[in-house]
Amino acid sequence: MISGYLITILITITIYAMLAHSLNIITGRAGQISLGHSAFFGIGAYASALFYTRTGLSFWISVPLGTILAGMVGALLGIPCLRVRDDFLAITTMGIVFVVEAIFLYLPFFGGAMGIGGIDLPKWFGREMTKPEYFVLIFIVLILLLLLDRRLERSWLGLAWSSIREDEVAAGAMGVDIVRFKVIAFILGSAIAGLAGGFYAHFLTFIMPQNFGFGQSIVILCMVVFGGIGTRWGPIVGAIILGILPEISRPIMEYRTFLYGLLLVAMMRFQPGGLLGEESVLPRFFRRIGSSLKKSN
Amino acid sequence: MLLEVKNLSKEFDGLRALDRVSFSAEEGEILGIIGPNGAGKTTLFNIVSGIYPPTGGEIFFQGRSLLHLKPHQISRLGVGRTFQIVRPFLNLDVETNILVASGHRFYPNLLNSIAPFRKGEILEEVRRLIERAGLQSYAHQLTKTLPLGIKKRVEIARALALHPRLLLLDEPSGGLRFEESIQLMDLIRQIAEQGIGVLLIEHNMHVVMDLCRRIVVLDHGSKIAEGTPEEIRSNPRVIEAYLGKEG
Repeated sequence: MISGYLITILITITIYAMLAHSLNIITGRAGQISLGHSAFFGIGAYASALFYTRTGLSFWISVPLGTILAGMVGALLGIPCLRVRDDFLAITTMGIVFVVEAIFLYLPFFGGAMGIGGIDLPKWFGREMTKPEYFVLIFIVLILLLLLDRRLERSWLGLAWSSIREDEVAAGAMGVDIVRFKVIAFILGSAIAGLAGGFYAHFLTFIMPQNFGFGQSIVILCMVVFGGIGTRWGPIVGAIILGILPEISRPIMEYRTFLYGLLLVAMMRFQPGGLLGEESVLPRFFRRIGSSLKKSN
Repeated sequence: MLLEVKNLSKEFDGLRALDRVSFSAEEGEILGIIGPNGAGKTTLFNIVSGIYPPTGGEIFFQGRSLLHLKPHQISRLGVGRTFQIVRPFLNLDVETNILVASGHRFYPNLLNSIAPFRKGEILEEVRRLIERAGLQSYAHQLTKTLPLGIKKRVEIARALALHPRLLLLDEPSGGLRFEESIQLMDLIRQIAEQGIGVLLIEHNMHVVMDLCRRIVVLDHGSKIAEGTPEEIRSNPRVIEAYLGKEG
């Protein structure tokens, strides 16, 4: 039987993988930097927690509602972000996370510093889900999201995102509606972050504003950058490695943010494509092995 | 009339980049636009393609005003362009670069835009464009690895995928070797023979005089002359502006 500790780590990593994947839609696919991603994680978590504890809606309804709400707020906040680019976009999105965290902290409706408690794991077949069952549920959702990602990458929508990421002016001159496709990326990325937030709230059973602060945004960004921005599996691999590291060594846990920051700087300097980036060391190494295997056959 | 530009003006922080410029272009015509550096040629293209709005004046494309339209709307109406400093999508291969423009038919509708793009008729059409622009051997290379002359061809092929009625070419032969520019001129001539109107900004006088039957000359934002290559060549104002005063 799998231990409770292990299953907790598995669930946490799956949620982080979902988050990294959702940020990758905005930053990797559409090329829009966001330092405010944890805000949408928080909006999803708070919305589904409030629907669940205050209105008595079940997990199966409160989490989708939180997802939709995070997507809607993503669209709303995405619009001012569309007028700015690059470093200004980074600062604007950073502002969003401080505003959202402050609202959770200072409005009594959101439970203040104490947060919201009494959120439970979902029920099915007349009983509460076990943690391993919950893990299977969110793992399946992650797989479905990755299948959707594959579908979108091969679609006109994915192509439009690539063109915006490469060169906005040229994309506009080729008939790509920049605003529309950026908003779609913000909605989709924010909604998936909101979904991860709902899963997170129902797993932790209580949530606090600090869970969704600026530091959390940076952790998510680190996972994406470390694994390989714009690749399908990079953010997942980043979430797995950076999620496991603090668990296997106590000192890493204590200096977590310090190490993540250091890692971000080092990756930018030496391997900007991330572990799985097209031109990074690992994929080149595997391609070489692959081609030499082919030759020897 | 394919394109009609009337009294077009543009000011940047008090600097007059364009001053009441008027001209028109027909289908199948290659209209040369020449003038010294800073004459406002690229500004003119950027306004026609919707990158920024004019301060005054009007633009009609097939009788329809282009003012207040965004770049993507103007390109979907059938106005293709290339850039003076080439802007291919560097990390996409040649085929995918062209596909971006083919997508103009699918982008307006969300359901259409989630369909796979590398497929069927569209891909056939892109391959024909690649062949027509002589890019067969580069189809699957990232454009960042390609030399300038090839990048310029990619930009033209990409603009053609919009099924344009009007093509704005901003110094297509700039930075090219002699043979490369000759090949490019053949391509431009073929495009015009299909009935597409071409506005050609060009510094190479041989190229302009050879390709265009009509030329518009800009200097410091104003139109100082318009006419056949012979008229332009002997126009004293053009000679003064373009070549500098003698002695």
